[in-house]
Amino acid sequence: MQNWIDAYSWINIRFLLQGLWITILISVISVILSFIIGSVLGIIRYSKIPYFSKIIGLIIDVIRNLPLLLIIFFVYFGLPAFGFKPDTIPAAILAMTVFESMMIAEIIRSGIMAVDIGQMEAARAVGMKFPQAMWHIVLPQAYKKMIPALVSQFISLIKDTSLATIIVVPELMQHGQVVYGQDPNYIIPVFVAMAIMYFVVCYALSLLSKFIDRRMA
Amino acid sequence: MINLLTNNWNEFISGFGWTLLSSVLALFFSLIIGSLFAILEVVPNKFVRIIGNIYVEVFRNIPLLVITMFFYLVIPLYVVKINGFTAGTIGLTIYTSAFIAETVRAGINSVDIGQMEAARSQGMTFWQAMRYIVLPQAFKYVIPPLGNQFVNLVKNSSVLAFVAGFDLMYQGNAIASQTFDTINTYIIVGLFYLIITLPISYYMQHLEKKLA
Repeated sequence: MQNWIDAYSWINIRFLLQGLWITILISVISVILSFIIGSVLGIIRYSKIPYFSKIIGLIIDVIRNLPLLLIIFFVYFGLPAFGFKPDTIPAAILAMTVFESMMIAEIIRSGIMAVDIGQMEAARAVGMKFPQAMWHIVLPQAYKKMIPALVSQFISLIKDTSLATIIVVPELMQHGQVVYGQDPNYIIPVFVAMAIMYFVVCYALSLLSKFIDRRMA
Repeated sequence: MINLLTNNWNEFISGFGWTLLSSVLALFFSLIIGSLFAILEVVPNKFVRIIGNIYVEVFRNIPLLVITMFFYLVIPLYVVKINGFTAGTIGLTIYTSAFIAETVRAGINSVDIGQMEAARSQGMTFWQAMRYIVLPQAFKYVIPPLGNQFVNLVKNSSVLAFVAGFDLMYQGNAIASQTFDTINTYIIVGLFYLIITLPISYYMQHLEKKLA
């Protein structure tokens, strides 16, 4: 029989919530970093600088099409061969940032392409330089269009942090494994608790995105 | 790196095969389940719609790893002994079906409502109209996003490594820990993934441009 009452003792729940906190911390730090890096890469790919944009585009496509798990392994077990040995949480953040930057770069690029080309041309025609036109005219309109895609990318980032459990990052999935590792009768209760915690965070974000989308439309 | 590849060729190829098999099986079943739930989300009956909606929202907002580990640990406990590959493929199917349901539903909604009304006024039932009129038109819009879902599916199949599913990632880890040549092993594993994912994702970009 599954032991729901003991599984949900305050000590266990508090331990799971601590895991959730680390999950959110890793997600938020990674999403901020990847938003900045992704924006730069997306604009570089969009602006079609000879060779440079093509090379960046190829790197984006390659990393986007690899499993995140592979990148986590590569960062944690591969990088020490180059003399750089990150701790578990920084390694997770680094891997997430590398992967998510590429995903966000693609979102940014398609967001910029969705802005009418006339906007850029008009801005250039009144004497703005390319970076000025990008910053003041095109990007504000592009970001508005991208909000749903960016939020759903953030949601999948939160879910993907569970993969970091393989390098023993103390996040929600890892803490869950510690709790049900004590007693096989905790398995179902702990999985239900973990599922609820992930669901509440992710679903709240998706509702927020729908709300913003409706306000803006 | 060539030596590493030739010495462990059998392991890499078997891992590649299991990854491909798991992805194709999961795609097949999640297409069926996903399309079914997509239709449930647009039927006239409100109660049925809510059930479809709950399924989609629940499995879209829970990590794949949680779903997979649940099946890996709980089914053997109560129902029947299954191996990691089966548990992983079930997890992948359920997770992906929620995303496919969302994609197909968007496709159905993009078909003009007049098509359904016209079909109904000709005397077709809801299901006939869906089957012969709406779905064939919806699938055209849905193919590029479905292709991207398949790319995600192949990438996500790496969670089989958590449940000893003998996939590419699992074999890669085994080889890396035997040879201590982690970097080259993971590069080879990555190349094997790219063989599947890169052509599909480029082809889907091409299709998207053609349809737009």
